[in-house]
Amino acid sequence: MSDRITAADVAKVARLARLDLSTQEIERMTAQLDGMLEHFADVDALDLADVAPMTQPFPLVNVFRADVVRPGLDRDEVLAAAPAAQDGRFRVPPTGGVEG
Amino acid sequence: MAAPAMVTAASIAAAVRAGTTKAADLVEQHLAAIAAREPEIHAFNLVLADEARAHAARIDALAAEGNDPGPLAGVTVALKDNMCTRGIPTTCSSKILAGWKPPYDATVVRTLQDAGAIVVGKTNLDEFAMGSSTENSAFGPTRNPHDISRVPGGSSGGSAAAVAAGFSHFSLGSDTGGSIRQPAALCGVVGVKPTYGYVSRYGLVAFASSLDQIGPFANSVEDAALVLDVIGGHDPHDSTSIPQPHPSLVGAIQQGVEGLRIGRIADLPAGADPDVQARLDLAFETLQAAGATIVDVEVPAFSFGLTAYYLIAPAEASSNLARYDGVRYGLRVEAADTDSMYGATRTAGFGDEVKRRIMLGTYALSAGYYDAYYGKALKVRRLIHDDFERAYQQADVLLTPTSPSVAFKFGAKGDNPFAMYLCDTYTIPTNLAGHPGMSVPFGTGAEGLPVGVQVLAGTLQEPTMFRVAAALERSMK
Repeated sequence: MSDRITAADVAKVARLARLDLSTQEIERMTAQLDGMLEHFADVDALDLADVAPMTQPFPLVNVFRADVVRPGLDRDEVLAAAPAAQDGRFRVPPTGGVEG
Repeated sequence: MAAPAMVTAASIAAAVRAGTTKAADLVEQHLAAIAAREPEIHAFNLVLADEARAHAARIDALAAEGNDPGPLAGVTVALKDNMCTRGIPTTCSSKILAGWKPPYDATVVRTLQDAGAIVVGKTNLDEFAMGSSTENSAFGPTRNPHDISRVPGGSSGGSAAAVAAGFSHFSLGSDTGGSIRQPAALCGVVGVKPTYGYVSRYGLVAFASSLDQIGPFANSVEDAALVLDVIGGHDPHDSTSIPQPHPSLVGAIQQGVEGLRIGRIADLPAGADPDVQARLDLAFETLQAAGATIVDVEVPAFSFGLTAYYLIAPAEASSNLARYDGVRYGLRVEAADTDSMYGATRTAGFGDEVKRRIMLGTYALSAGYYDAYYGKALKVRRLIHDDFERAYQQADVLLTPTSPSVAFKFGAKGDNPFAMYLCDTYTIPTNLAGHPGMSVPFGTGAEGLPVGVQVLAGTLQEPTMFRVAAALERSMK
């Protein structure tokens, strides 16, 4: 195993991604991610100093639509697809106070 | 296997518009084909028999009243199950969206139905379109109609299999790194990834937003052209759709290839099986005999495509899939507080490959690694784009294999994710560049299985790409 990515890195990333991985899964994932990052060595060998990054196939321009009122999605239909709803809103468990 | 109907979508629609063929009969024929073979193929997550019959009745009524039911009247379509259909489950073959009914239709769904096309079902895919075999579906794999011990390719494997098995006249898929072209090759049908922005993505569940594009699977180049003529164009709901009309592709395919310059990529990464390479060689000879010129070009950064893609696509996916948190739609695993609920829901709802890509993408975007991985991958993307642009100064289209091999057996790629990723070696660079590409069936290789040849072209050069694909298709008749 190289030092490209450690089990501690993977555990931290899993936390950022809100995935609860077991110790065993973290070990397996560490090996797999390390294997994939190994292929990146080819790219690391390239001289990219003068290359501009490309984020989109086409240059993005800001797009405005006419400032007119249009119907949105039907609220009841949207809430009907939610796991829980109450009084015209999404219902969730208590927030906050759990993170250290 | 059921022989695909040797009539064009255009002639079917003409007969339905004239009232000489009933859309209702066409729907029954396809539902019968589905009843006969779907149990062994598993192309669909959902068959919409009642809805298809009701729509057919409306189309036949329109024709009987002397009204025009549209340019795809009575033509049946299967939709990849990552395209939203109002009130009809849309799952992305993921447990996290099982049972979810979208509150709106994707623009392509609305456009096709307005043109008279009849949706017969929602097709299986690798979960969230991540895979090359449909083995990553939470609802079980799709089998290749040519040999049910083999995969149909992926991620749009269900859509490719549906057309190959005669379950629908055509289908729609989405292509982020080859997910239309590779299954088209493995199932022996035509598959097109248009230029980025050619078709509206409103209502397509996002995987990697700078790469995703919708396109058709069809039995012929002409059918694919007709479908793209209907679904292509600007959509105010998708700000990445190109704000200009597209020329007719049906009109373009009648022209031959005389005088066109067909590029052979001299430094194409090795890896194609000999049977696939032999068909590609024959494709070059065929086009030369038809009056085209073969030119050698170089695309040096092509070989870096796979590596760049497997940082860029997971990075975008990790962001796009953050929305599945158990709050607004889909699965929720109850927990004492929201943060625990997010983790419990996502852990239970996502499959292994999706988790792997979310992890890789989150890592590549995280502080301290962004410049080393994601930033560099974006620069490689620029190199690939610019290398292609230079090649298109010398050649009108490029020809490559679509897939390195014919359809492989289930489980053949084992537990090594990179072995599966190599399936998309020849398709991925096109997505990074934003260019169009298509796979056209070109005979058979090992075990008598279909081989596809990939035709690539520059931005919005679909008319030329279709001319070349049509010439290859004609040579097979």
